[in-house]
Amino acid sequence: MNWTINMFYFFGLLAVISALGVLFTRNVLYATFFLILSFFSVASIYVLGNASFIGVTQLLIYVGGILILMIFGLMLTTKLSGKVLVTESHNKRMGVILGVVFFSVLSFIIFSANFEVLNKSVEMPKKMIEVIGVDLMSKYLIPFEIAAILLLIALIGAAVISEKRKEIKE
Amino acid sequence: MITVQHFLVIGISLFSIGLSIVVIKKNAILVLLGVELMLNGANVNLIGFSINDPQIQGQIFALFVIVVAAAEAAVALAVVVRMYQYYATSNVDEPNELKG
Repeated sequence: MNWTINMFYFFGLLAVISALGVLFTRNVLYATFFLILSFFSVASIYVLGNASFIGVTQLLIYVGGILILMIFGLMLTTKLSGKVLVTESHNKRMGVILGVVFFSVLSFIIFSANFEVLNKSVEMPKKMIEVIGVDLMSKYLIPFEIAAILLLIALIGAAVISEKRKEIKE
Repeated sequence: MITVQHFLVIGISLFSIGLSIVVIKKNAILVLLGVELMLNGANVNLIGFSINDPQIQGQIFALFVIVVAAAEAAVALAVVVRMYQYYATSNVDEPNELKG
C-alpha cells in the first residue's frame, strides 16, 4: 500500500511540475512536449485510481491523437524560418492572480469539506472493463450514440472550416 | 491509502495552471493546450470521485469528457489554421475584424 501512495505522489508531482513547465517556457515546441509528459503522468494517476481503461484511453486519444494534432497545427501556423518558435505573453499579472486565487479558494473548500463517506472503501467489481462495456451498451446507450454523432459532426465541420478558399487577404 | 482529497488537489492544480495558460499566452495553439489541461484537471476529479463507487459512473463520464475534448480539439485547430490562412498570424489578439 505504501508503494502505491509513493507512486501516486511521484506522478502527481510530475504532472503538476510539467504543467508549470508549459506555463513558464517560451518555446512553443517545448510547451507541447511538457504537455505530453503531463498527460503521461495523468494517465498513470488514472491507473493508480483504479481506472486503467480510462488511463489507456488517455494515452491513445490525448498523447497519440490530440497532441500530435496540436504539433501538426503548430507546424502549419508558423512561418518556418529556422528561428526558434517562441510565444509572447500578455495579461501576465492578471493570469497569475486568477490562477492563484482559483487554486486557493478551491483548496480551502477541499480541505474544509468532509469526505469521510467517499473515503470508506467498498467492494469494487473485479472486472472493471466488463462493467464499463456493459454499462456503455445498456445504461449509457443514448449518450454513447450522441457522442458518435458529435464526432461525425466535428469531423465534417473541421474539414469544411479548414478548406482553402479564394478570398485570402494580401 | 489514496483518498479523494489527493485526486482533488491534483485536479485543481492542473485546472488553475490551465486557466493561467489560457489567460497569459498569446499563441492560439498554446491557449488550446491550456484548455486541454483544464479538461484533464476535471477528469482527474471525476476519477477521484469514483474510486470507491462500484458503479463507476465517474469513469464513464470521464470517457465522454475525453470524446468531447477530441472533437473540440479538431474543430478548434481547424479554426486556428483558417485564421492563419486569412490573417497570417496565430496570435489571438491580432485579428480585430469579424468579416473583411
